[in-house]
Amino acid sequence: METEDDLCQNNWGSASILDYEMAMEEGESDLQVFKASSGQDNNGQANVDVLQGVKAQAWDPRTMLSNLSFMEHKIHELQGLVHLIIGRNGQLQDEQQQLITTDLTSIIIQLISTAGSLLPSVKHHHNMSTTAPGSALFPYPREANNLASQTLNTNCGDLDLPKPIVLEEVHEMKNEDDAEEGENLPPGSYEIKQLEKEEILAPHTNFCTICGKGFKRDANLRMHMRGHGDEYKTPAALAKPNKESLPGSEPMLIKRYSCPFPGCKRNKDHKKFQPLKTILCVKNHYKRTHCDKSFTCSRCHTKKFSVIADLKTHEKHCGKNKWLCSCGTTFSRKDKLFGHIALFQGHTPAIPLEETKPSAGASSSQSGSSGCNNAGMVSFNLGSATNANQETSQPGFMDGKINFEEPFSPLSFDTCNFGGFPRSIFDDSESSFQMLISSACGCSHINGGDGSDSNTSV
Amino acid sequence: MKKAKQIQHSKPFDLLSEELVFIILDLVAQNPSDLKSFSLTCKWFYQVESKHRRSLKPLRPEYLPRILTRYRNTSDLDLTFCPRVTDYALSVVGCLSGPTLRSVDLSRSFSFSAAGLLRLAVKCVSLVEIDLSNATEMRDAAAAVVAEAKSLERLKLERCKKLTDMGIGCIAVGCRKLKRVSLKWCVGVGDLGVGLLALKCKDLRTLDLSYLPVTGKCLHDVLKLQHLEQLLLQGCFGVDDDTLQSLTHHCNSLKNLDASSCQNLTQRGLASLLSGAGCLERLDLAHSSSVISLDFASSLNKVSALQSIRLDGCSVTCDGLKAIGTLCVSLREVSLSKCVTVTDEGLSSLVVKLKGLRKLDITCCRKLSGASITQVANSCPLLVSLKMESCSLVSREAFWLIGHKCRLLEELDFTDNEIDDEGLKSISTCLSLSSLKLGICLNITDRGLSYIGMGCSNLRELDLYRSVGITDIGISSIAQGCCHLETINISYCKDITDKSLVSLSKCSLLQTFESRGCPHITCQGLATIAVRCKRLTKLDLKKCPYINDSGLLTLAHFSQGLKQISVSETGVTDVGLVSLANIGCLQNIAAVNTRGLSPSGVAAALVGCGGLRKVKLHASLRSLLPPSLINHMEARGCAFLWKDYNNNNNNNTLQAELDPKYWKLQLEEDIML
Repeated sequence: METEDDLCQNNWGSASILDYEMAMEEGESDLQVFKASSGQDNNGQANVDVLQGVKAQAWDPRTMLSNLSFMEHKIHELQGLVHLIIGRNGQLQDEQQQLITTDLTSIIIQLISTAGSLLPSVKHHHNMSTTAPGSALFPYPREANNLASQTLNTNCGDLDLPKPIVLEEVHEMKNEDDAEEGENLPPGSYEIKQLEKEEILAPHTNFCTICGKGFKRDANLRMHMRGHGDEYKTPAALAKPNKESLPGSEPMLIKRYSCPFPGCKRNKDHKKFQPLKTILCVKNHYKRTHCDKSFTCSRCHTKKFSVIADLKTHEKHCGKNKWLCSCGTTFSRKDKLFGHIALFQGHTPAIPLEETKPSAGASSSQSGSSGCNNAGMVSFNLGSATNANQETSQPGFMDGKINFEEPFSPLSFDTCNFGGFPRSIFDDSESSFQMLISSACGCSHINGGDGSDSNTSV
Repeated sequence: MKKAKQIQHSKPFDLLSEELVFIILDLVAQNPSDLKSFSLTCKWFYQVESKHRRSLKPLRPEYLPRILTRYRNTSDLDLTFCPRVTDYALSVVGCLSGPTLRSVDLSRSFSFSAAGLLRLAVKCVSLVEIDLSNATEMRDAAAAVVAEAKSLERLKLERCKKLTDMGIGCIAVGCRKLKRVSLKWCVGVGDLGVGLLALKCKDLRTLDLSYLPVTGKCLHDVLKLQHLEQLLLQGCFGVDDDTLQSLTHHCNSLKNLDASSCQNLTQRGLASLLSGAGCLERLDLAHSSSVISLDFASSLNKVSALQSIRLDGCSVTCDGLKAIGTLCVSLREVSLSKCVTVTDEGLSSLVVKLKGLRKLDITCCRKLSGASITQVANSCPLLVSLKMESCSLVSREAFWLIGHKCRLLEELDFTDNEIDDEGLKSISTCLSLSSLKLGICLNITDRGLSYIGMGCSNLRELDLYRSVGITDIGISSIAQGCCHLETINISYCKDITDKSLVSLSKCSLLQTFESRGCPHITCQGLATIAVRCKRLTKLDLKKCPYINDSGLLTLAHFSQGLKQISVSETGVTDVGLVSLANIGCLQNIAAVNTRGLSPSGVAAALVGCGGLRKVKLHASLRSLLPPSLINHMEARGCAFLWKDYNNNNNNNTLQAELDPKYWKLQLEEDIML
C-alpha cells in the first residue's frame, strides 16, 4: 500500500501539471472536476479488508496504528503539495491555484476526520471515519494521475469525468441515502467540489480521449470507444466504472457540490452554505438561478425557463385542462375552480366554446418552439463551440456521418441539447414534442436529430 | 241571413261569464274528444276553449306554430310525442308562448341544440320546469344555456351522459331557485358538480343522483341542505363507508332516501347516513350487498318514524326482519320482493308488529307458505296492496283468509298462485279492489271470476294471462260488473272467442287490451271493441291467426287514439298495415312473422305513420327495405327492432304454447336452468 501511495505521490507533481496544460490546450475545464477516480479499483479490494477490520474491532490497536500511519502519510503528502506550490508559485494560474487549495482543503478534512476516528467517543460514520484508511489511499493526486493516463490512451475504460447520467446519479444518490440521514451533513463530513461556469454549461462532459468527441453520458462514450479498437471491447472496459467497486464504494467520501456563483447560498463561501447533491443539481441550479431564462413557452408566451426540461414540463400542462371561471381566472385543477366558484357569488364555470382548432394551434406552437430553439442556441454556443472545433479539427477519426453533419454542427449541438439532455432526465412521452420540433425546423434539424441519435447510439 | 240567425242564437251565451265556462271546461277536460266537440260548437266556444287550455301535447312539431297561436295561454308543453324538435321549433315555442310557458318536456325529443334552448330560456321568462332527459348528445355548452332560465325550479337531466361538472356548475350558479333536480345516469357528473349544486341551490327539495360516479364527499354538502326531502342514490358505487365515515348532519327535512344497489355501502356507512335523518319516512335498500341481519337492522334505530322500507333482492335473515318490526313499528309499506331467503318465521315476526301495514310486496318469496300469509291477514287489517306473485307454496285457505280479513284491499297480485274460486269469492268482498292479477292461476274458473264481476265494481285492471280455466262466461260477467275496466289481459286463454270481445266492448273506458295467442278471436270481435272503446291505446293481437286486414281497417277508422299495436303472426297483409297510417298517434308497431307483408307494403306503412317511435320487424326485412328509408325513419326518431325468430311458427308450436301443462313444464325447466 505504501509503495502504491508513493507511486501516486511521485506521479502527482508532474502528471497533474501536464494535465492542466492539456486542459488549457483543449479549452476544457473538465479537469477541475474532482471525483473519486476509478483508480480506487486497485485499492478497493485491499481496502475492504481494512474496512472490515475497522468495523469488527474498532478498538484494535492495529487499526489505530494504521490510522496513525495514514495520518503521517497524509502529512507527507501535504508537505509535498506545499513544496510544489512554493516551487511553482509564480507560474501557477488562478485555476490551478484554486485547484491546489481545494486539494489541500480536502486532504486536511480527511486528516481531521481520521484523527477524529481515533477518539473513542466519535461515532462511526459510514462516510469518513470508518472508511478513512481506505479512502485515504486514493487522494486527489490520483485523479490527476488518472487523467494523465487518459490522455495517454492507456486507461480509457476508466475514464472518469463527471457523469450527468440519470441511472448513475440515481445510483449514487441511493448510496448516499444509505450512508446519511437527512441533508444536514456536518460541515467537513463531505468533500466539496466546485465546477466552473463553462463546465456547467458545457453540453458534454465525457470526451473521447482519441478523437475528442463529446458525450453526455459515460455509457455512450464507452459504446463509442468500442470503435477505437478491440481493447475497448472487453467486458472490463465496457463495464460501468463504479460498478466493480460498488461494495467498496462506501469508503468514498460523500461528495457535495458548490455553485461557482459568488454570493449564492449554494456557494461554499456563503455563511449558510447548503451544498448541492449531484452534478445534475449543480447544472439545473446554475441555469435556473444564474442564467437568463431564454426558453419561452410556445403556448402562453409568458412563462420563461432557463432549463429546457422545465419548459417541457410546463408546456405539457400549459393551456391544457385550463379550468376557466367566468371572471377570467384560470385554474389548473377542477376542484380549485369549483372551490373558487363556491366562494364567489355570480361566478360561473366558463365552458370553452369548442376545442381550439388543432391545426392552428399546432402551427403556432411549432413556430414558437423553433423560435425558442434559436434562442436556446445562443446560450449554449459558448460551451458547444469548442466541441465543434474539436470535432472538426479531427475529421480523420470520424465516420462519414459526422463529417456530413459538420456544416450543421452548431445546430446539431443545439438539438442535442434540446432533445437529448432533458430526455435523459424526463425520459417520458416527450418524444412527440421532439418530433414536432425536428419537423418544424426543417431538414437541417432532421440532420441534427440524426446527430443526436448518433450520440446516443454510438 | 243564416249568419245573422247564428249570432242571435249565440246571444244567450253572452250572459254566461267566461269564468263559468272555464269551470265547465275543467269538468269536460277529462275527455279530449269532448273538448274537441265543445270547441267545434261555435266560434265563441272555440275562443273560450283556446283561452282555457293550459297544457298541450302535440303529436307533430309541424303543428306547433298553429296550435300555439290558437292556445295563447299554454303553460305546459309536452313534446314527448315529437321525436324531432328542431331549434326552429323551439324558437317558435319561445316566440309564441314565451311569457306564459312554465313547463316544457323535451325528454323524448332530439335534434335541438344549445341555440334552440337559448331561445327558449331567454324568451320564456317564467319557465319553471324543463325536462331534458335522454339528450345524450347534450354538452356543457347547452347546460350553460339552460342556466339562463333563472326561474327554473324543476330540472330533469336524466341520461345526459356528456354533461360534466362544468355544465352542472353553470346550472347551479344560474338557476338558484331549483327545487327538484334529477341527474340520473349523468355519468360525467361527479362530486364537484353535485357539491356546487348543493352549495348554490339552497332550496333543493329533491335530488336524484342515481348512477352518478359520486362518492360520499358530495353528500357532506348535500345533506346540509335545509329543505332536502328526497335523495336518490340508486346505484352509486362510489358511495362507500369510508367516504361517509366523518359524515355528521342534521337533515331533519329528509323524508325519502333511496340507497338501492349501492354495492359498497354497508351497515357502517348507512348508519352515518341515517344518523341525522330522524324524520326519514321512506328508505330503499333494494339490492344491497350486505345481509339484512340483526346488526344491520340495528342501524335503523335512528329512523323509527320510517313508514316505508324496500329490501328487494337482499338476503334477509329472520332476526333482521324481527328487529325491523321492533324498531320501526310505524311501517306502512314493506317490500321484500325477490328476497329468496325470507321464511315464514321471519315474515310472521315482522308483520305481527306492524298493525298499520298498508302495502306488502313478497313477490317471488318462494319459501313462504300459508302460515305467514295467515299471519299477514290476521295482523294487518288495513292492508291495501298485496303482491305475492309466485308464492306457489301458499295454500288455498290463506287466500280465503286474506279476502275475509283485509277488506280495504285495492291491489292484488296473485300471479302464479294456487288461488281457487273460493279464494276469489272471498276476495270479491273487497269492494275497492281496482287491480287484480290472476295470471297463471290454473285453479280459477268462470265461477270465481263471476264473483269478482259481481263484487268489485271498481276494478280497473284485470290480468288473466294464461289462466286457462276462463271462458267467455267469466269475461262477460266481468264486463257486466266492472264498467270502469281500463286494462285487461286475456293472453293465451285459449277458449276465449268473439263473444268475450263483444261483451268487453261495454267497458267504454278500456285502454289496454291484450289477447295474445287467442286462436278463436276474429275481426268481428275486434270491430266491436274498436267501435265502442274509443280510448283504446294499446292492443296486442299477436298470434291471433284470424285477425286480418278488415280488423285493422276498422281499427284505423275508429280507434284514433291507438298508440301501440302488435300484429305479429296474424293474417294481416300490406293493406291492413298501410291503413294504420290513418291513426295519427300510433307510436309502436310490431309486425314480425306476418306472412302477408311485403317489403313495399311495410315501407309504405312506415312512411305513412308519421309519429312512429318504435317498429319491430323481422330481420329479413332489414336487407329488403331500402337503406335510405331506414335512415329516414331513424332521422324522424323511429327505432327499429329486428327480430330473428326461427321460422317454425306452425300450428303445432302454437298448440304446444296453448297447452298450459306443457308450457308450465317448460317454464319450470327454464327456472331450474
